[in-house]
Amino acid sequence: MASNTPKVERSLIAVIGDEDTVTGLLLAGIGQVDEHQGKNFLIVDSKTSTQVLEEAFKEYTTERKDIAILLINQYIAEKIRPTVEKYQQAFPALLEIPSKDHPYNPNKDSILKRVQKLFGE
Amino acid sequence: MSGTGPRENIFPTRMALTNTKTRLKGAQTGHSLLAKKRDALTTRFRAILRKVDEAKRKMGRVMQLASFSMAEVTYATGDISYLVQEQARVASFKVKAKQENVSGVVLPAFEVDRSPGTEFSLTGLGRGGQQVLRSKEVYAKAVETLVELASLQTAFMILDEVIRATNRRVNAIEHVVIPRLDNTIKYIMSELDEMDREEFFRLKKVQGKKKRDADAAEVKRKAEEAESGEAAAAVAPPDPVDEAGTGDLLSSKDEDVIF
Repeated sequence: MASNTPKVERSLIAVIGDEDTVTGLLLAGIGQVDEHQGKNFLIVDSKTSTQVLEEAFKEYTTERKDIAILLINQYIAEKIRPTVEKYQQAFPALLEIPSKDHPYNPNKDSILKRVQKLFGE
Repeated sequence: MSGTGPRENIFPTRMALTNTKTRLKGAQTGHSLLAKKRDALTTRFRAILRKVDEAKRKMGRVMQLASFSMAEVTYATGDISYLVQEQARVASFKVKAKQENVSGVVLPAFEVDRSPGTEFSLTGLGRGGQQVLRSKEVYAKAVETLVELASLQTAFMILDEVIRATNRRVNAIEHVVIPRLDNTIKYIMSELDEMDREEFFRLKKVQGKKKRDADAAEVKRKAEEAESGEAAAAVAPPDPVDEAGTGDLLSSKDEDVIF
């Protein structure tokens, strides 16, 4: 089961977000850069293609084993919604966060959708 | 009728009956235990559900605040994003996972693990240092909220999965295993009854045959007696005691016949 995943080395917080979000989070000190694996953050602007997003998402969720939490801007998650919806693993935990230009919409969050479905039953 | 519905492929004997009954009892115990586990998990799940909902909404507000402080920084210092991105080397803000046990399910919970870093100490040196510092704190707080939310969410996902599995097991036992064992028991009982009836019938038949043979023997003996009686004509009349003895033999029960 997912709970048996070794969590010892999972200690980083990764982020896929717009410039402001990433800058703020980096200020808080989550940034980690090394030679082998590159950065643990991806800055997305209007020119970033969906394919790049998908690849980054895959890298942070499945390939890298040192990430405990993945933060992603909600409007970016919206662009790769099918991939996000398909993601069901417990580790790393996927969290959709609001960005400056796009206020948080609880109805679009894939986790909250499930929560509301469970409440509504 | 008994024996309808799915049952186990088993030879109907008394021993199999005992075994099946034991298994039925085991299945019932397991069912009640699993149902209890499910209830405990569901209680926990409900609590977490409510917390997740709250935390998600709180996160919206916190992130809004953080964005605002970022805007302040940009206003005071200018664009620092490039500087910050280039200076990021080693994460000072990490998380540690600890574990919590809820009725046999390991739930991970993230804890903030902050090493006091002097990163970005030069950022905003020219102007806006205050804002940068404040923004740093605000974002650190926001990330703490996010970490909290992440552990709640992970617990939510894992519990969801475990509850589903437990539910499946409870339902499987309730609707498949127990009815099947019930059917097997009924089947064995009916087969055993059937065997009893067959045995009874067989014994009846044996008894009937014995009676017929005895009758035939009697007729033969009488005929022989009559022959010898004819030979010895009026010497001796048939013995009444002898006849009575034969009658006794017919009406008395055979030892082999238990009914």
